[in-house]
Amino acid sequence: YAWDANEEYLFKAMVAFALRRYSSKSTTQISNVLLCNVTDRVSFWFVVTDSSKNVTTVPGSEVEAAIRMNRNRINSAFLLSDKTLQFLKITSTLSPPVEPSTPVWLIVFGVVLCLIVAGIFFLVVAGIQQRKKKNKQSTERENLEEKGEVTVTVENGIPCETLDLKAGHINGVFATDDERFTSL
Amino acid sequence: LSVPPEIPKEDGRPKWDNKFQYILSCIGFAVGLGNVWRFPYLCQIHGGGAFLIPYFIALLFEGIPLLHLELALGQCLRKGSIGAWNTISPYLGGVGVGSWMVSVLVSLYYNTVLTWVMWYFINSFQEPLPWSVCPLNENRTGLNEECYESTAVNYFWYRKTLNITPDVTESGTLQWWLILCLAACWAIVYLCTIRGIETTGKAIYVTAIFPYLVLTIFLIHGLTLPGATDGLAYLFTPNLNTLKNPRVWLDAATQIFFSLSLAFGGLIAFSSYNPQKNDCEKDAVTVAIVNSVTSLYASIPVFSVLGFKATTGYWDCLDRNIISIINEFDLPEESIMRQNYTAWISFLNSSYPERIAGLKLKSCDLQEFLDQSVSGTGLAFIIFTQAIILMPGSQAWAILFFIMLFSLGLSSMFGNIEGVFTPLLELPIISKSIPKELLSGIICLICFLIALCFTLGSGSYWIDIFDSYAGSLPLLVIAFFEVIGVAYVYKIKRFSKDVKWMTGRKPNLYWQITWRFISPLLLLIVFVAFVTLQIQKPSSYAAWNPKHEGFPMKEEKVYPPWVLAICVLLAVLPCVFVPLVALFHLIKRMRRSKDPSFVPPEVFSC
Repeated sequence: YAWDANEEYLFKAMVAFALRRYSSKSTTQISNVLLCNVTDRVSFWFVVTDSSKNVTTVPGSEVEAAIRMNRNRINSAFLLSDKTLQFLKITSTLSPPVEPSTPVWLIVFGVVLCLIVAGIFFLVVAGIQQRKKKNKQSTERENLEEKGEVTVTVENGIPCETLDLKAGHINGVFATDDERFTSL
Repeated sequence: LSVPPEIPKEDGRPKWDNKFQYILSCIGFAVGLGNVWRFPYLCQIHGGGAFLIPYFIALLFEGIPLLHLELALGQCLRKGSIGAWNTISPYLGGVGVGSWMVSVLVSLYYNTVLTWVMWYFINSFQEPLPWSVCPLNENRTGLNEECYESTAVNYFWYRKTLNITPDVTESGTLQWWLILCLAACWAIVYLCTIRGIETTGKAIYVTAIFPYLVLTIFLIHGLTLPGATDGLAYLFTPNLNTLKNPRVWLDAATQIFFSLSLAFGGLIAFSSYNPQKNDCEKDAVTVAIVNSVTSLYASIPVFSVLGFKATTGYWDCLDRNIISIINEFDLPEESIMRQNYTAWISFLNSSYPERIAGLKLKSCDLQEFLDQSVSGTGLAFIIFTQAIILMPGSQAWAILFFIMLFSLGLSSMFGNIEGVFTPLLELPIISKSIPKELLSGIICLICFLIALCFTLGSGSYWIDIFDSYAGSLPLLVIAFFEVIGVAYVYKIKRFSKDVKWMTGRKPNLYWQITWRFISPLLLLIVFVAFVTLQIQKPSSYAAWNPKHEGFPMKEEKVYPPWVLAICVLLAVLPCVFVPLVALFHLIKRMRRSKDPSFVPPEVFSC
């Protein structure tokens, strides 16, 4: 927005408001705030006069304190911030950063660690179970062979399970040789 | 008559679920953090596009032949590094032990880098990001001094993460947050390597593919950022004059060598789980090309983001100067913009030189910002994090970036741990008594306990030492003996016959020449040049010392003698096994030759 006389009027009003709140005497008027040396840069000097004390200026320290107290109100009236609306000689107080009670990273870390530990536990238990099953199977097989019941069918010394009997192994030499057989 | 079908040798050795898993594991091992933070840096300082010339020459004559050699070796002998080299010749057993030793040393410190990545990852869930703002000092009057002097990003890295000491001799205390993250990282490694390749084979699908997804996302986003084209132009503009500097060729050779993770024993371990009839030649060429293409692919988003950061820094510099000029001369707002800044400056300088001089304006030069090149951890944890703050939606970008770094590092860790795990599994004492889960648990626990040293205040100095001395020189020595061993002890004719049996075709002239002459020669030259350069420059390091007068510049310090002794020990320890084991067997043979009942060892083949 452009800086014109209306904005200047608002500024004077804000300074008067700040002084009224600070010293809690309702005598400061907008006409008490004087702007001078206004430049195109939009920078200017201002003084506040005290009409109750014979046109003397309010001391600078009081004005500074008043503005510091109401800084955020003044800023938001102009939609500006501490950086864009600068009062020379008034440094902004820094707000402390928000510190949650437990640091956020600990929470995330806890979640990650729980997942990992659950994964390890699951894998180790699955491994132990698999090993128990394998041991039980091999002892069962040993017991069966001792009793003489050969339930594992063997062909040419190779147990049938390893041969994929469903797929079968077609010997190409003989299978494609249909012409050799006499047709009926 | 029925012909019994051919049954593969049931030797109980675990095997890959499918070929894709194996290729992905090799690629994941080769593609690591170095592809992201070392290759773009080398490209930039060595003349941009011109660096690709020595890089591809090194790939052709050093990288691919060595890679093929290792993969073929593991596949043929079906043993880890120690067993494989013992089988080739007992005198070369030291090569295997050296590889194993290097894998152990590298695993120790590599996972600590992942610890830092994990720490940044879990800190990325906050708003605002903790490395974007400086904390206040004790009496809340201003910002923390160390942070104010350097930047918030530097402060978070050096103080909040590392809590670094000003000197390598001051160990400081153990940082409890790093210990927690280290424990989590080793727990993740244990989870993934608990049963060897049965579990890493499943994990690799995620850890090897995910980085490519994130790189693509960063590529697309990075190219839309302002200043990206400046960064890319800066990276790729070829400057052929740099090729005259032998340093460039040396860096290309070492980069291709370390990038492919050769001589760790991990590749031998991976290929030992393959069926023997497998085309290892095609695998080697595939892995090498994918690794190099990934390096190039990764450098594009990295440099887009760096260009963006440089441009933003340049604009900030300009803006600060513009504000001070406008304040000084009371000019209306927006009279000086970035575009007409130089015109205004020259005008004001000619009309009011004293006032301009009184303002003490900083000279803003885009080239200067682009020149701030960093590699390694500085790139990821300082430069990139600073760039991420400037992007909208920083948390998401930070989370993506750090998960990507973590998966890149994790897939390389699998290879390292496999290089340690597989040879141990083949030792007869261990394989009979200890289940796999327990062995991997013991390895991870021991490594975790030793790696606690890296969580001290001086930890990052030690990691630099390990990286420069244990992870560089011994690999060159071991690779040299690998090539010599296969070419001249095992004999290339025999090796070619084995490869022909495995792949179905004889290795052509390119392989014969590179295996016999070019690769050993190249390795020897690189080794000599590397050692010469190391000896010439005094071994110093850059310390972060807030009390230093040049702060925030780092302080150059020299290593004290006892640290230098450790450096030499780290470099020599893996190499010394090669002559030691050869000597040991020589003495055994001389003693045995006095004994008439000596039986010569049986000859084997694939």
